[in-house]
Amino acid sequence: MALLNAENVSFSYDKRIKAVKNVSLSANEGEYIAVIGHNGSGKSTLAKLFNGLMRPDEGNITVDGFSVLEKKHTFEIRKRVGVVFQNPDNQLVASIVEDDVAFGPENLGVPRAEIKERIDFALSAVGMEKFRHSSPTRLSGGQKQRIAIAGVLALKPKILVLDESTAMLDPQGRKEVLQVVKKLNKEQKVTVITITHYMDEVVDADTVYVMNDGEIALKGTPAEIFKQKDRLKGYGLELPLAAEIADKLIARGVRLPDGILTEERLAEELCALKSKI
Amino acid sequence: MRIEVKDLRYSYGEAKVLSNIALDGVSLTVEEGDFFGIIGQTGSGKTTFVQHLNGLIKLGKDCGSIKVGGYDLGDKKCDFKALRASLGMVFQYPEYQLFAETVFDDVAFGVKNFMPEVSLEKTQEMVKEALTTVGLNYDKIKDKSPFDLSGGQKRRVAIAGVIVTKPEVLVLDEPVAGLDPVGKREFISLLHRLHGSFVKTIILVSHDMDLVAENCTKAAIFSHGKIYAVGSPKEIFSRYEELQNLGLDLPVTAYLTRALENNGVKINSDFTVDGFINAVRIKTNGKIDGGEL
Ligand SMILES: Nc1ncnc2c1ncn2[C@@H]1O[C@H](COP(=O)(O)OP(=O)(O)O)[C@@H](O)[C@H]1O
Ligand SMILES: Nc1ncnc2c1ncn2[C@@H]1O[C@H](COP(=O)(O)OP(=O)(O)O)[C@@H](O)[C@H]1O
Ligand SMILES: [Mg+2]
Ligand SMILES: [Mg+2]
Repeated sequence: MALLNAENVSFSYDKRIKAVKNVSLSANEGEYIAVIGHNGSGKSTLAKLFNGLMRPDEGNITVDGFSVLEKKHTFEIRKRVGVVFQNPDNQLVASIVEDDVAFGPENLGVPRAEIKERIDFALSAVGMEKFRHSSPTRLSGGQKQRIAIAGVLALKPKILVLDESTAMLDPQGRKEVLQVVKKLNKEQKVTVITITHYMDEVVDADTVYVMNDGEIALKGTPAEIFKQKDRLKGYGLELPLAAEIADKLIARGVRLPDGILTEERLAEELCALKSKI
Repeated sequence: MRIEVKDLRYSYGEAKVLSNIALDGVSLTVEEGDFFGIIGQTGSGKTTFVQHLNGLIKLGKDCGSIKVGGYDLGDKKCDFKALRASLGMVFQYPEYQLFAETVFDDVAFGVKNFMPEVSLEKTQEMVKEALTTVGLNYDKIKDKSPFDLSGGQKRRVAIAGVIVTKPEVLVLDEPVAGLDPVGKREFISLLHRLHGSFVKTIILVSHDMDLVAENCTKAAIFSHGKIYAVGSPKEIFSRYEELQNLGLDLPVTAYLTRALENNGVKINSDFTVDGFINAVRIKTNGKIDGGEL
């Protein structure tokens, strides 16, 4: 049984239009999943269903065997599924950074002594140790988002859901957060479900789900997904820029192999094509 | 309108405390017609800088000078309402700032606030034009509550509310954050459309180096409250090592150019995607010609 299992899940905000339609998705322990799709395709709705913020109208989601349909499981599910949302301003609650990070664990009844340890871990994971005693209102947007991520990391969730949480970070901040997330995934087997518009955050995923109008339109490895350029365009998505450039170079006659998705790989392949004469 | 900022300083709190200093002597000129990119790490002062340009953050005494066309922001008699009508500012995630009961009222607010002399009839006309410009159907959307719209529509409404006064200068702080790929592409083409009409100058704060390389005529790098460098994207993005030391990424085109250069292949382009692709010298056997380095 997968760690998180969504089966034929549907949800409507107004009991008329389904924001999420018949979605099935399973996440195994340690899996790295990316969910992409145009704005309004239902990704955030799905994220809220995953941690029990809302309940499915049809179908079911289980986390570690706990069903989101049962109210009494809410606590167990929140402990296991941490969601970081888009807008940091709505996520920060306390007036001092360390209190904000401690808020989640305190609510879950984590012992005092361990909370300190968790704050240390979470703040260093996002590179914000220096700001431990600062006020979140004094931070710029990207810095705030790193604190919001730290707040979720402090819960030590088994599943980390990132709902476009790197959208406001600068490249350095984004890299740091991705590194942290990848490390948590690799070393601590934290399952990651990342919702993103950055195609370069998708290329390393184990599995990619493409959402379109509330449904899962495609599922596969990044290579399988990005092979289907025209379908992706139809769903309002694009290839990573490096793949786009590789395509254009091939069209101009450069003998590059198919399936290049990253700039690192494209650079390597281009350098290998340097003519000796 | 030419924008001329000289030796701008700003601190959040007492300037004696070093960590309070957000702007530490910034001088920058943006010419009319520029599509000007501002890049730099989070916390480097970009937002604090642009918020000075329409007086949202007040220019402090003895903290430098700001001139936007004929407006001298250090002058007590500076007409900030008129300034804000001609220098429009789109903030990060502007959709969070919608507040009125209807889309019409939200967009009309800019006119009522900054151009109180304009008649109701004329206001209506201006709102219609602004909503149409951002690609929304006036009749269908004007009476809706902004809160019932999708994220992309909300952002368009927010932008309509800024361009409704036909500003000559449009300043945008991270405007594409959170947009999906299609939304982003449409947004950029909207900017170019605006730049070709009443908007003469665009100042764009962005972390997206590919976006800046592809669209801007000039760019400035902010670092620790100072300007680190100003120039064309070609000049800025060929400073590979320095950009990396500042914690900034390279556009994909510059990344590839550097990798090839390190391998003895010189590509001379402006770092736009098409510029790059056309600058690669391809041999008939599909290999790449090294050229002179
Ligand atoms: N709080 C809400 N109330 C009503 N409709 C909503 C709400 N949130 C989202 N929706 C609608 O549900 C659909 C899916 O939205 P969402 O899950 O936010 O998509 P995404 O995250 O992929 O952009 C959209 O049509 C959106 O307008
Ligand atoms: N409202 C504020 N109060 C106090 N300090 C702030 C505030 N806004 C920004 N700062 C600080 O000012 C500096 C510059 O921030 P900002 O202009 O937002 O940078 P950027 O837009 O480049 O990320 C940062 O050190 C930031 O922490
Ligand atoms: Mg969303
Ligand atoms: Mg900023």
